Amino acid sequence: MFGKLTLSAFPLDQPIIMGTIAVLIIGIAGVLGLITVLRRWKWLWVEWITTVDHKRVGIMYILLALVMLLRGFSDAIMMRMQLALAHGGHPGFLPPEHYDQVFSAHGTIMIFFVAMPFVVGLMNFAVPLQIGARDVAFPVMNSLSFWLTAAGALLPNIALGVGEFARTGWLVYPPLSELPYSPGVGVDYYLVALQISGIGTLLSGINLVTTILKCRAPGMTLMMMPVFTWCALAANMMIVAAFPILTGTFAMLMLDRYLGMHFFTNDAGGAPMMFLNLIWSWGHPEVYILVLPCFGVFSEVISTFSGKPLFGYRSMVVATMVITLLAFVTWLHHFFTMGSGADVNAFFGIATMIIAIPTGVKVFNWLFTMYGGQIRFETPVLWTIGFMITFVIGGMTGVLMAVPPNDFLLHNSLFLIAHFHNVIIGAVIFGSFAGLNYWWPKAFGFTLHSGLGKAIFWCWFVGFWLAFMPLYILGFLGMTRRMNHTDNPLWVPYLVAAAIGACIIMTGILLQFVQIAVSIRQRRYHRDMTGDPWGGRTLEWSVPSPAPSYNFARIPQVTGLDAWWTQKAAGRTVTPPAFEAIETPRNSPIGFITAFFAVVGGFGVIWHIWWLAVPAVIAALAALVTSSWRPRGELILSADTVARTERSLRPRSA
Amino acid sequence: MTTLDASRLPFADPPHDRAADRLGATGFGFYVYLLSDAILFASLFAAFAVLHRATAGGPTGPEVFKLPGVLLETACLLVSSFTCGLAMIAANAGRKLALTGFLAITFALGAAFLGLEVSEFTRMIAEGAGPDRSAFLSGFFTLVGAHGLHITVGLAWILILFGQLWRDGFGPGFSRRIFCFSLFWHVLDVVWIAIFTFVYLIGSQP
Repeated sequence: MFGKLTLSAFPLDQPIIMGTIAVLIIGIAGVLGLITVLRRWKWLWVEWITTVDHKRVGIMYILLALVMLLRGFSDAIMMRMQLALAHGGHPGFLPPEHYDQVFSAHGTIMIFFVAMPFVVGLMNFAVPLQIGARDVAFPVMNSLSFWLTAAGALLPNIALGVGEFARTGWLVYPPLSELPYSPGVGVDYYLVALQISGIGTLLSGINLVTTILKCRAPGMTLMMMPVFTWCALAANMMIVAAFPILTGTFAMLMLDRYLGMHFFTNDAGGAPMMFLNLIWSWGHPEVYILVLPCFGVFSEVISTFSGKPLFGYRSMVVATMVITLLAFVTWLHHFFTMGSGADVNAFFGIATMIIAIPTGVKVFNWLFTMYGGQIRFETPVLWTIGFMITFVIGGMTGVLMAVPPNDFLLHNSLFLIAHFHNVIIGAVIFGSFAGLNYWWPKAFGFTLHSGLGKAIFWCWFVGFWLAFMPLYILGFLGMTRRMNHTDNPLWVPYLVAAAIGACIIMTGILLQFVQIAVSIRQRRYHRDMTGDPWGGRTLEWSVPSPAPSYNFARIPQVTGLDAWWTQKAAGRTVTPPAFEAIETPRNSPIGFITAFFAVVGGFGVIWHIWWLAVPAVIAALAALVTSSWRPRGELILSADTVARTERSLRPRSA
Repeated sequence: MTTLDASRLPFADPPHDRAADRLGATGFGFYVYLLSDAILFASLFAAFAVLHRATAGGPTGPEVFKLPGVLLETACLLVSSFTCGLAMIAANAGRKLALTGFLAITFALGAAFLGLEVSEFTRMIAEGAGPDRSAFLSGFFTLVGAHGLHITVGLAWILILFGQLWRDGFGPGFSRRIFCFSLFWHVLDVVWIAIFTFVYLIGSQP
């Protein structure tokens, strides 16, 4: 009746897990209760769940990322505490089978459900505003993308209480992830969750590529696009090119596990190393999918707060595109130890080192932008400078490991762990928080509390260095990744230092929520009346804050780079034409409904409950077909409505 | 900071034609989707290329492939692509009857292709050459099966197109839909030619 699902799937004997679940259930019940008491269900449904406004979809992506950051970080700090305690014969508090799930969940959640939604959310929010568009090319599909991502994020959290999560590491390498070695449902949770969210990401990539190439304001040529938009274009082209490989590879692993096929098995001719080649053909571009939009954020921030045009715009664009291409020819450096021979390793080693060149171009462009500028040290600038210092170190340790002989020594050591946290935290997390502080006023109409923002930065910055520099040393001392406990007294001080660093980061994460709460409470004092709180350069700062649902009451004509800044500098005023009626897309529940059935169907597939899985998948598909079947007129906002909205958002202007 | 407002920006004139934009964007977006689909097939092709000699002592390509049947499948699919093109011409000319007829022929040929493929699969499984026999057969069934799954989606799509045509008649919405469908169908043809060449023809060499 319930497939593999039995009562033993519920970890009733695990106090840590049951405690977590209790807290989760109380938390969720509290939120649901609050919505009911405040009578906000209709508001939630109309304004958020069914919205197809790219700005709100972007905000929901970022909210998802922040919530999942709590989950991913809980895993992180549990690992650091375990390793600080479990030495010299003490087993610590996490038994190995639980610890293995914790590190697998940490990586999976941080990459797929924190970094990705954060970055995709920023792109969703800012790109249409930057290119003078009223929405993305496919607004309903955008909502579907978000809800599929959220559906994917839900499944690993269900795994917390029902069954188990993968114990295989965050990329489920076979043959360990094959049925004989991982007979439980952990790997299935992983695969199904990532298939669902992967489709969401792919659709969002198609959407943003089309938006950027087809929906720009009149006059905006490619070489007039803001650098963030360029980086978003590059990242989304990589999503379109790389995510199908992920889907295909996971499909093959699922066929192995569900239908007894032999793609990656040890027997019957399977090739486990093929999985590594395929998965990293997705995985290496994925690194740049995450990092390029953040480079874009830093570019916007540094030129805005230096009061100067970005140094070397053209070289920035070229560097971005070169990175996009090179990202696809470096995958093998993740497993030089596979033993594909000196020639192959040399090719991938050199290709990897070459990436340092366009990246270096970018770093120098940012430095030269600051040079001679009047830099205002607002929160986003702190993140940007912190990024430059941190990322350059992380990049250099990467080049060290790009030399194959070095990699044979450092492979799977904590040096590697330190390296990729150095680049991912240093670039993606710092960039996401820079973007959050930078665009927050455009989203909500008031700026975030500046003092708290700076405190958060310093917690992350100091915490990061304290948590990860010891890991470089531990790598040199021979400690490998994914250890549950240690027996080398020499390592202990470094592990303790890393745990202290993690606690400092935790302070930063908690302060992040305090910052948001305090800023909302004090919003009257931080109100952005002008729509342009930072002295911005690009089009998003030409509309009121918060940006109205239609973004631009009148579509601007673009004549050059930094369109808004140029106009402000020239000081010209144009007599605006009268407001006209605007068509906006109607809300749609299709994304939410499809994602709901995807979760139900996914749960059925994971537990082999076929009577549940088959109808749910059919229902999800039927929902999609119905949405194309129903004629959908657009909502017309009359010229009067537009005029009224504009007046209320910008009371001081005519 | 001085009060700045959007009146400093020049505005597009004449007002933006959003409906025309949307039409262009849909076709473009669908091209981008097809590119991503091509990459999905590329990864399946790559897996097949790696595994095609990994027969694990089981049946090999020359032993299980029956080329005459595959040739018939190919003929069905190529002709269906041609009739799909004729359907597009009929749609552009606004000839509803011809459109319906050619779409129906496309559907019939696609269904015939699918039937031949299913019978090939069942024969192989009955012969003990199922997808769980060896890595080579896993790669074969997955690659060819993924194409067959796409054909199935295409057939369902034709039925939906019939429904939309019957309900709405011609219009910008319909021409956009049939444009996307015909792109989809032609790309499946291209993928099939690659399968026919690399999997069946080259795979039948001893």
